Amino acid sequence: MSDPATNTPETEAPGLDFDRDIGNFHYDTKYEHDAGVGLRPETLDYIADVKGEDDWIRAFRHKALKIFESKPIPTHWASKDLEAIDYDKIRYYLSTGQRPTRSWDEVPDDVKKTFERLGIPEQERKFLAGVEAQFDSEASYSNMKEELAKQGVIFVGSTEGLMEHPEIFRKYFGKVIPAGDNKFSALNSAVFSGGSFIYVPPGVKVKQPLQAYFRINAENFGQFERTLIIADEGAEVTYMEGCTAPKFETTTLHSAVVELVALKGAKIQYITVQNWSANVFNLVTKRGMAMDDAEIKWIDCNIGSRLTMKYPGVVLRGKNSRGEVLSIALAHDGQHQDTGAKMVHAADNTTSTITSKSISIGKGRATYRGLVTMPKHLQNCKNNTECDALLINDNSCTDTYPAITVRGDGNSVQHEASVSKVSAEQIFYMMQRGLKEEQAMSLAVNGFVNDLIREFPMEYSVELKRLIELEMEGSVG
Amino acid sequence: MSLDRNQPEVADAGLGSSSVFQECLSGFGWAAPWIHKLKQDAWERFQRLPAPHRKDEQWRFASVQDLALDSFRLPVVAGDSSAGVPSFDAIRNASARMVFHDDALVEAPRLPDTLREQGVIYCPMDEALREYPELVREHLLTRLPGIGSQKYESLHAALFHNGTFLYVPANVEIAEPFITVHWSGLDDGTALFPHTLVVVGDNARATVLDLFQSVDPGTRHFVCGVSDVYAGAGSHVHYETVQNWNLNTVAFHLNSASAERDAALKSITVNLGSAHTRNEQHCRILGAGASVDTDSLTVAKGTQEIDQRTLQTHSAPNGHSDLLFKNALLDDARTIFSGLIRVDEVAQQTDAYQTNRNLLLSDTAEANSLPGLQIAANDVKCSHGATTGSIDDTNIFYFLSRGIPRRMAEELIVFGFFEEIVSRFDNDELSDFVRELVQNKFRN
Repeated sequence: MSDPATNTPETEAPGLDFDRDIGNFHYDTKYEHDAGVGLRPETLDYIADVKGEDDWIRAFRHKALKIFESKPIPTHWASKDLEAIDYDKIRYYLSTGQRPTRSWDEVPDDVKKTFERLGIPEQERKFLAGVEAQFDSEASYSNMKEELAKQGVIFVGSTEGLMEHPEIFRKYFGKVIPAGDNKFSALNSAVFSGGSFIYVPPGVKVKQPLQAYFRINAENFGQFERTLIIADEGAEVTYMEGCTAPKFETTTLHSAVVELVALKGAKIQYITVQNWSANVFNLVTKRGMAMDDAEIKWIDCNIGSRLTMKYPGVVLRGKNSRGEVLSIALAHDGQHQDTGAKMVHAADNTTSTITSKSISIGKGRATYRGLVTMPKHLQNCKNNTECDALLINDNSCTDTYPAITVRGDGNSVQHEASVSKVSAEQIFYMMQRGLKEEQAMSLAVNGFVNDLIREFPMEYSVELKRLIELEMEGSVG
Repeated sequence: MSLDRNQPEVADAGLGSSSVFQECLSGFGWAAPWIHKLKQDAWERFQRLPAPHRKDEQWRFASVQDLALDSFRLPVVAGDSSAGVPSFDAIRNASARMVFHDDALVEAPRLPDTLREQGVIYCPMDEALREYPELVREHLLTRLPGIGSQKYESLHAALFHNGTFLYVPANVEIAEPFITVHWSGLDDGTALFPHTLVVVGDNARATVLDLFQSVDPGTRHFVCGVSDVYAGAGSHVHYETVQNWNLNTVAFHLNSASAERDAALKSITVNLGSAHTRNEQHCRILGAGASVDTDSLTVAKGTQEIDQRTLQTHSAPNGHSDLLFKNALLDDARTIFSGLIRVDEVAQQTDAYQTNRNLLLSDTAEANSLPGLQIAANDVKCSHGATTGSIDDTNIFYFLSRGIPRRMAEELIVFGFFEEIVSRFDNDELSDFVRELVQNKFRN
């Protein structure tokens, strides 16, 4: 363990920097396409026209808008803070150009500056199999290693995927998460733009992770990327996403829809490190469908945003399929991390695991919300859920709201949750050995999440640890 | 989970109609003006509040379509209300006993003189309102559970007219239980509103038992009962209820248990009967160092639905609360357990636990579990656990390998599951009584 006191932003080693201050800058960008402010049917037509979309996509958008308008804001169970979103003040589509560039040199200089600060090309040079960077509404840069393309892996944006490979993507698009799933999935379905559509052919195992960066640059902007990953029979893929935005005075909305389809025997791992600035509403719907013997694993790490509502789920449709969610949430002053997981068992011998750890600092609020269902006449379904919450200060808050429905006598479910603070004995032990209180606290918090962080790819786990140390600064005493 | 479309009906007929309220009020001609006002306000609140809906979080997973009030009416006592009431002698050792039949008193309590001289009051609720109005007024309907059934709490307040009142003055310790037996079945289609108010003074000790049973297995009833147990500083209070209404009964049992500084309050609920029961239990830690234990045992079979909602509120430091709800489900039965531990900012050094165990014994039974935590203080130890499963094969194997047949092995395992709660009654007669009820229900 390095000395946390030296881990200030100035002394950071180069690498994946997603701490908040690194993301806090923005460039004045001239946008070629701007759908204006507010949400009307014409906004949807504008987006569809700019993208040159087929009629069925346009119809899909319009239908979704009607669903969005008909659904109430879910404040009967969710935070009242949702009422602070003014849909008429949001800009729904902004882009500097339609086609993402394939070569880093062609990316416009100011956009390049943004991503260079975030360390994207470096990452690519180092180890990534493919990378995509989204700047507001559209991907500004997208590249994938040639060998993967030769094997038939497709890694494109949402519109490109639907237009150029309809035979692959149309079948599953909007099927795992229909537009009417919830108010925000409807909103996304109406105005979606960008995101990643990935197809991995049967038996292809993508060894290195595919990666995407999402960046909000403009004020009052809403980002609505759409991701669909299909791993064909026996395929394997890991996808990582990171997100940042500058700190604006006004609120910004990010509402993504992510659908995963793991066909027979496939494995998908989806890793998110969310570090939006504290003015972003992050309302994301993520769900995967696992067929026979398939495995879907969500690793979800929420550090930024004003309010995050995100419950990655797995629908276990095939026999012997497996679902897993690992979730870490860190809620600081003024933040509400409302995260969790959903596991819907729909076949025999399916297993799911949910592990959630949250840390509330200052006046932060961390909420775990979960759902596990097992219908009747199924045999040998198992779920195990553990959620632990750590409260750092007197005024920190935490909630846990799981919902478990089990029918029939062939299944078993276990749920456990605990809430605690860092014990005085631990702190005393470390201080006695010469650590400052702040360092001791930081070390204890890292210990609390350590077994989960170890599940992350190495680069992420190193950064996460350092980020937690930064967040802990000034929280003691 | 698709949200239910069925709209609950609280039509302006039967119990929900104003004529019923006027009828009830006319029986209170003798009562003090504050009682009239309390009932009038409650009636207005009942009419104003919306009917429950599944989209309401506090009614998630619950059935609401069978809560219609229009086919029920208040019981009318004509002649001897004790006719047909079976004698109840399962528990002989008691400080005193009261028996009601459709809310009409059929056996008055005989309180021993020694207790009377110490200032203990144990009497029917209507007598308490008449004789000790100021004492009752201080507590009556001041601590309702408020976990979703506010409309039915109001209905109860407007229409209740009888029940149990127990007052134990400070420093009086009573070992033997006070037993109230409620029978339903004077007539078909009656609505019962049993009220229990238990006030135990500082450093006193008391045990109260409420038994709910039906005379006839075939009559239909609507029950909306409220109980409020208040444990003064340093007191020790046990409150036990056995709900064994017939299978045509829809019942609300809305309970609250409150403990002042250093008090120890234990409650045990056994749910066996009814077609549909909504049981709410709100435990409040009002004073520092108080401790509240809440246990419940449910055996649900056929198409029974037992809907349990609990809330453990810690509003003082150093409190302790522990909750254990065990449900065994057969056939197409449904249970819902929705619990919440709420720890206020001031309640540092709280220890709060919540456990729900569901044992599924059929392929079509359904157990829903919503264990929740809401923590606003940081120096606390809180946890909850929920498990749902069936009998473990390795347990069966253990029995089989010792020559015990499968059927008997299963029975022993299930009885063992119940025993954890049954053995917590500190009254052997009551334990035996409950053990027999539970085992009969499981066997038949």
